[in-house]
Amino acid sequence: MNPMTKVKALPKPVKILLWVALALLAYALPLLEPPFISTPGVDFGGVLFTVTVYCLVALGLNIVVGYAGLLDLGYVGFYAIGAYTAAILTSFHASWPLLLSIPAAVAITMLSGILLGWPTLRVRGDYLAIVTLGFGEIIRLSAVNIEWLGDARGISDIARPPSLGGEEGLFEIPHLLWADGTVLLDTQDTTKFLVFGVLDQIPYYWLGLTVVLLVLLADYLIKNSRVGRAWEATREDEDAAELMGVPTFRFKLLAFATGAFIGGLAGALYASRQSFINPQSFLLIYSILFLAAVVVGGQGNRWGVLVGAFLVAYLPERFREFSEFRVLVFGLALMALAALRPEGLFPPRRTVRAKQVEHELEELETGSEEEVARG
Amino acid sequence: MNFDLLFNNFPEFTIGGLAFGAIYALIALGYTMVYGVLQLINFAHSEVFMYGTFAMLWTVVALGGAEADGIKLIAILAAALLAAMAMSAAIAMILERLAYRPLIKRNAPRLIALISAIGASFVLAELMGLRDRVAGWFGLEDNLDDYVRGARINNSMAGVVDDAPVYHLFDVRIRLIDIIVVISAVAMMVVVDQFIRRSKLGRGIRATAQDQETAALMGVNPTRTIQWTFLIGGLMAGVAAFLYMLKIETTKFDVGFLLGVKAFTAAVLGGIGNLRGALLGGLVLGVAESYGSALFGTDWRHVIAFVLLVVILLFRPTGLLGESLGKARA
Repeated sequence: MNPMTKVKALPKPVKILLWVALALLAYALPLLEPPFISTPGVDFGGVLFTVTVYCLVALGLNIVVGYAGLLDLGYVGFYAIGAYTAAILTSFHASWPLLLSIPAAVAITMLSGILLGWPTLRVRGDYLAIVTLGFGEIIRLSAVNIEWLGDARGISDIARPPSLGGEEGLFEIPHLLWADGTVLLDTQDTTKFLVFGVLDQIPYYWLGLTVVLLVLLADYLIKNSRVGRAWEATREDEDAAELMGVPTFRFKLLAFATGAFIGGLAGALYASRQSFINPQSFLLIYSILFLAAVVVGGQGNRWGVLVGAFLVAYLPERFREFSEFRVLVFGLALMALAALRPEGLFPPRRTVRAKQVEHELEELETGSEEEVARG
Repeated sequence: MNFDLLFNNFPEFTIGGLAFGAIYALIALGYTMVYGVLQLINFAHSEVFMYGTFAMLWTVVALGGAEADGIKLIAILAAALLAAMAMSAAIAMILERLAYRPLIKRNAPRLIALISAIGASFVLAELMGLRDRVAGWFGLEDNLDDYVRGARINNSMAGVVDDAPVYHLFDVRIRLIDIIVVISAVAMMVVVDQFIRRSKLGRGIRATAQDQETAALMGVNPTRTIQWTFLIGGLMAGVAAFLYMLKIETTKFDVGFLLGVKAFTAAVLGGIGNLRGALLGGLVLGVAESYGSALFGTDWRHVIAFVLLVVILLFRPTGLLGESLGKARA
């Protein structure tokens, strides 16, 4: 029996409690610093923040690739636009507070998504891939070459989110210390609630996690709406969808804009945590890593995509001691995954069902295998 | 906008652009053929090219090309060309066997094939970039020093073909190497084009590109045809690698990436699946880049390539010559 079906059979209040417990565990993870999971040598909170940024990006790209079926190889472009808008508005050319610049960053990214999508979404799938790849590179190279964007040196002193309760925070939360089989509360090592400083990355992680949860909720609502169904119909058969009255171009554009929205949001958060960005943070390789996160997890399944994002962001940090070989291992893992689980680790239920139906149809058409054997 | 620079040196920029374009075109051939037959972006083709550049370099080092001149140098370069072609072809075949065939057999979605190709590309590039470490495990780094040195970036080719003549024709400075690059690339393209057009195997490739199932029913072995497609693409990438090393003299473990993207751009520009389109697309891209970098400064060189791609696709979505590996006349 699949454990997921058992969870589904539980009464609703229990289910809600389970989800809340899971969310609380996620929030508490950097304080618990569980052995084996926490990263030696690298700040665990920082790694977890990176994971949440990847989760955001993966959720956004999943809308474009997984739901609408548009192959986007330049997603890092949107991420960069979000980050640069936040950087320019809070530090380089103006001094807006971060909370005001994030909506601006998101709006500009969305606009850029529409501007890119308007002409290019009419071309065929593979061409779209290469055009978006070009877009990502154009954004990065423009950032390198335009002085107004800080050229290759980048932009520093990007604003941080506002802290609650001043320098000292409202209260302090101790971390756990794991030593030789005993667990202690470490009062030396505390996180101030809620101070966005230089050293302690955990508040950023909480912020990131909150945004991820909000986006997840929005994703759930969109997917189960008319828009989500229109995306799916467009992905499966564009002509059929058009004949059924779905304005496919408009929905593809909407998917692009929504994806850009989330990408820009992730970029702005990243810029704020980093407090310094330069074009090196937006290399083409990141587009590919983002896409890998989506495909590894199982495109079209939001939970699978989150797992994929976690793996892509976390594993290289956890195994830093092999850092020289991590790209190599990552490449091998991608190849193995493609050969062994071509639908990703967690394919959406729909894909699994479709496969079953296809298999049954084939049996009806050609006769079951035993019949064929009997001749 | 620096119009003076462009107009005063117009012929030089044209020839330089054509030379780069010819290299793009040769690499683009591999992309375009695989795409024509399998409808698949062979993302790892850039690594096929990169291994060619290193094979060329190692051959020159092994045969002592740095001290040779005259006939001996030409013989060494010929050997290097063969080595580069053999290496690239071998890598392309291995790629087909390990990264594609298992997926094609299982009828995997195309996006997954792309992911597999990306994985293969990382593995190949990193194996090259970390070869000093790998040699170290076997205690061979001293014996193989000439070959593993400069694992990430290698310029042992610098100065090997130092004194290649430079001609002056009507005040125009022409490097012999550029001429060699353009002529040999175009010649190779013509050979391949005629091969695909006239030979039995070429007809098989075109038939498979049109309709794999029907072609198989007519007695074309699809697996064999796909292998040949990769082989031809690999051989041409080897030639491209040789010419590139003659011209640029430096290679890196990730040299293939940007060139690969450009070459794919060239293939799309000319009309993917179309051999003549690859040549035209490559040359147009090379020249446009060259003029563009004269006008806007070399910093903008790569931007120009991508902007050109976007603009052309908007007005002519099937590329300059249309897509036609399968549709070509028998």
